[in-house]
Amino acid sequence: MRLPCPLCGDRDHREFTYRSVALDRPADEGWSDAWNDYIHLRDNPAGPQDELWWHGAGCGAWLVVTRDTKTHEVLGAKLAGES
Amino acid sequence: MRYSAWAVFKQGLTGNKGWEKAWRSPEPKPEYDVIIIGGGGHGLATAYYLAAKHGIANVAVLERGYLGGGNVGRNTTIVRANYNLPGNSEFYSHSLSLWEGLEQELNYNVMHSQRGIINLFHSDGQRDYAARRGNSMVNQGDDAVLLDREGVRKHVPFLDFDNARFPIYGGLFHPRGGTARHDAVAWGYARGADRRGVDLIQQCEVTGIDVENGRVTGVQTTRGPIRARKVAMVAAGRSGQVAAMAGMRLPVESHVLQAFVTEGLKPALDTVVTFGMGHFYISQSDKGGLVFGGDLDFYPSYAARGNLPMAEHVMEAAMTLMPAIGKSRVLRSWGGIMDMSPDGSPIIDTCHIEGLIVNTGWCYGGFKAVPGSGWATAHLLANGQPHDSAAKLRLDRFSTGRGLMDEEGTGAQHNLH
Repeated sequence: MRLPCPLCGDRDHREFTYRSVALDRPADEGWSDAWNDYIHLRDNPAGPQDELWWHGAGCGAWLVVTRDTKTHEVLGAKLAGES
Repeated sequence: MRYSAWAVFKQGLTGNKGWEKAWRSPEPKPEYDVIIIGGGGHGLATAYYLAAKHGIANVAVLERGYLGGGNVGRNTTIVRANYNLPGNSEFYSHSLSLWEGLEQELNYNVMHSQRGIINLFHSDGQRDYAARRGNSMVNQGDDAVLLDREGVRKHVPFLDFDNARFPIYGGLFHPRGGTARHDAVAWGYARGADRRGVDLIQQCEVTGIDVENGRVTGVQTTRGPIRARKVAMVAAGRSGQVAAMAGMRLPVESHVLQAFVTEGLKPALDTVVTFGMGHFYISQSDKGGLVFGGDLDFYPSYAARGNLPMAEHVMEAAMTLMPAIGKSRVLRSWGGIMDMSPDGSPIIDTCHIEGLIVNTGWCYGGFKAVPGSGWATAHLLANGQPHDSAAKLRLDRFSTGRGLMDEEGTGAQHNLH
């Protein structure tokens, strides 16, 4: 599996660390169901999903990678700050 | 028919023509007392104990593929009860006690072999932790022996004891741990459940879960609708898709875990060895193949296969621990779909939909849990209350923060287990 880093180009996935599914952080300041959803609950789809990956052994950028969990096909990647 | 040495002898003399099919292939009935979604180890064990221990035999197990075609037939067959934390500790202890009587219970040879497990340690700190965990195991009523270096050497003399990075200081030995024949466990439970009247329905995919007024009423399948008062979701790596049919999201992310087996070799390794620092563990099957595996690939996957970097990492760990392994050839490798929970521990619980049972979060340890999980899920279905051994495997522990069972102490977060 190779991930297309927008800054570095196609790179071996060993350079990256998967962090989690890319989700919107809740706005609530205190604990709420939204936080439980965000931290614990998952759609866990068999198919494409957006994921946060860190290019730790490369440029250090955080990426949102769209990847198919059934085939490992990488459908795209952008910088997390741009999403 | 009852399996016995006499039956083998008699069939041998009569051309082996009298063997019956181990289970029927019934058409689904329009209604059951209980429907179990998933014909893997846990689902089949649940059906068996419902019929055998609770007298509830009007049960269907719905399997979209074939019985035992998922993780129960794709694992590295380790059976153990060496957990540290309350919740896991009593659950796996109970499961191991069921394993010990399983072959007599099922009248089926599951080749359960209590050849022991050695968890290696490589520093004073790790030795302290191993001693503590061993004490937890002994307090639970199970067995644990702290081996020094020479103690480990007696069991497995060919490890690299003086490795520069991970010298072997000793190991925590769990004599009652071991292995079993994975397929046979599924087949044994399937046959036992079928003989007691459970319908095992293969090639039957659940496409919807019917909920009316907060109560489950049945399921939609590729072979028509089936009504039931109670439904158990026992779909392991596919739990997310099954729960979605009931409008639920689970605290589960499905990841890939790879395993490997070598060509058959003469007997060399008569115990299970785990090398936690290298994310590596190994045993030798009765057929002679070295069966070993490593850690997750660490990204969500339903592909049932992994990528080469983790395969390389596992081979490197194998060579680090056991340099002689380099002479053997890998026969095949595969990946399983692991239902990873945030704290690395399982869930057997009711949920906000009445009559719907959640059984998931087995992470990479579902095989040894098969008897205990089946027992506890059957108990919950039959009585509406959790069995004592599984009372802490709660679904709400993540939202409340109470009773998390994080054996690794890394935090209850998806990417950490």
